[in-house]
Amino acid sequence: MPGSQRVNRLPNETMTAESFVEQPKTLSALRGEIASGRTKAADLAAGYYERIEKLNPRLNVFLSLTKERAFEQAARMDAIASKGDPLPPLAGIPVGIKDVLVTQGAPSTAGSKILQDYRPPYDCTAVARLEASGAVLLGKTNCDEFAMGSSNENSAYGPVRNPVDPERVPGGSSGGSAAAVAANLAVATLGTDTGGSIRQPASFCGVVGVLPTYGRVSRYGLIAFASSLDRIGPLAANVRDAATLLGVIAGHDPCDATSSPAPVEDYAAESDKPAAGLRIGVPAEYFGEGLDPEVRAAVEKGIAALESAGCAIKPISLPHTKFAVPTYYLVATAEASANLARFDGVRYGYRSPNSATLSDMYSHSRDEGFGAEVKRRIFLGTYALSAGYYDAYYLKAQQVRRLLAEEFLRAFADVDAIVTPTSPFPAFKLGEKTGDPLAMYLADIYTVTASLAGICGVSVPCGATQTGLPVGMQVLARHFGESTAFRVARAVEAAGI
Amino acid sequence: MKPLYLSFETNTKMTAKVTVEDVQRVAELAHLELAPEETAPMVRDLNAILDYVAELNQLDTSNVVPLAQMSELSGGAIASLRADQVRPSLNRAVVMQQAPETDQAFFKVPKVIER
Repeated sequence: MPGSQRVNRLPNETMTAESFVEQPKTLSALRGEIASGRTKAADLAAGYYERIEKLNPRLNVFLSLTKERAFEQAARMDAIASKGDPLPPLAGIPVGIKDVLVTQGAPSTAGSKILQDYRPPYDCTAVARLEASGAVLLGKTNCDEFAMGSSNENSAYGPVRNPVDPERVPGGSSGGSAAAVAANLAVATLGTDTGGSIRQPASFCGVVGVLPTYGRVSRYGLIAFASSLDRIGPLAANVRDAATLLGVIAGHDPCDATSSPAPVEDYAAESDKPAAGLRIGVPAEYFGEGLDPEVRAAVEKGIAALESAGCAIKPISLPHTKFAVPTYYLVATAEASANLARFDGVRYGYRSPNSATLSDMYSHSRDEGFGAEVKRRIFLGTYALSAGYYDAYYLKAQQVRRLLAEEFLRAFADVDAIVTPTSPFPAFKLGEKTGDPLAMYLADIYTVTASLAGICGVSVPCGATQTGLPVGMQVLARHFGESTAFRVARAVEAAGI
Repeated sequence: MKPLYLSFETNTKMTAKVTVEDVQRVAELAHLELAPEETAPMVRDLNAILDYVAELNQLDTSNVVPLAQMSELSGGAIASLRADQVRPSLNRAVVMQQAPETDQAFFKVPKVIER
């Protein structure tokens, strides 16, 4: 298809414990180079494509590339720069987009076979806003099928490898987006987060990931998983760049009725403000049984750094935390079963050949198109919504969801931000948890709470284990409190743990 | 306000065990197929997950209003509904290019009624 091309799949070979980590330049450094003409946006994009061609066969980060689109945009930016006209805020910045976000005329598979040949007729609002701000769209990043997974092993196109250690998962579901930044295959990326799918891979790969408040970023063009939980957010190598990207994609969109008209703050400038004086809550429930001791030690160092930076550290309690994972898996699967009903082989996507009746065509197409985890979740969600069980499961989960959200609102009356580990453990090995779906769901224990409550958060790198696996600290703030979360994350980042 | 949590009241409805028949009925509802060798693992996985979610029975939620709209929590800052006006939509020809089978005006599907 014009403007895009498939890239090589992961070859079947043994990996060595080789690291592919490389730090991208900052947005402000790149912007300066492009504005002065020292770097051409076209050359920058070409350099990134060269690195992608070299590393993608090992890491499987990109599912498709949008070269024609990228070089057209780069040429536009170079033309503006050569005339000396003012450049848009992301002029020439190479970005990657999670493949659950639709891009006009370019592959948008959601990591599923059922959308293998789908070429959407429109652009996702967040993607359109990045491009309108000058970003150069390199291609689409790998992810768990329909964003359902915590390890990227549920992609129909093979798992992403963690650039820190290719024997390990990058986290999920936005594993490709996190790995792209960690390996400098893009300066920044967009991911989506339904139960932790931006924050957890950001922590596993050692990059910054942002969960914006529900309604802060339009969901238009996000292939829906669970509509009351789904959010689009940026991943970047540092907090300030992530804040800059959020400022570009945030804001009301008439195409998403749940997007908020609340004014968009200058998040990058806000993130420059010192964190001194902020009250930081540390919830006991996030430091209990099941937390890896090395992760705990790293996050405690981060808390000590915040105290040194002048924050007031307060122990708090969020006793409903243990109910978050069961609540999440009921709400998310119920909504998924409804959202994924649209994949029926009629209007777009895969249709199974050789079906005599309409009913057979539906079930054959879905059976052949969906992977095992997607089917498991549709089963669970359909069961939870079916006659006789609705009150016991879905309604109950929505009630507990309110209790969880109210608990956060009460906590935020006394503190400005809450800090926790992002994940109870660092990146695990491929295949380590695939046999036990419940164990994999429990990996989301620290992230699903904020998803259910609709609040915002940032996962910021906070040290590493002895073997060098990154640890992330999760900084949570109240609804539309992104500026506060960024200030706290900057302080952790500045401590260089 | 009445205390809303940790009353340990048991809701017996959430202790249902999923059977092979349940899984087959759900497959029909969801238009999914389930090969014979997939049935037992699906029954096992669903029961494991449902046993786990039954932890929610520990919470008395009888006076809790279900939370469905997130904007309600963040100060009700919901966008006003858009005006009901005719606006340009996606181009039909472009949309139909994505259809597995079409006569360019309509989507074509296998026959629904047997004669």
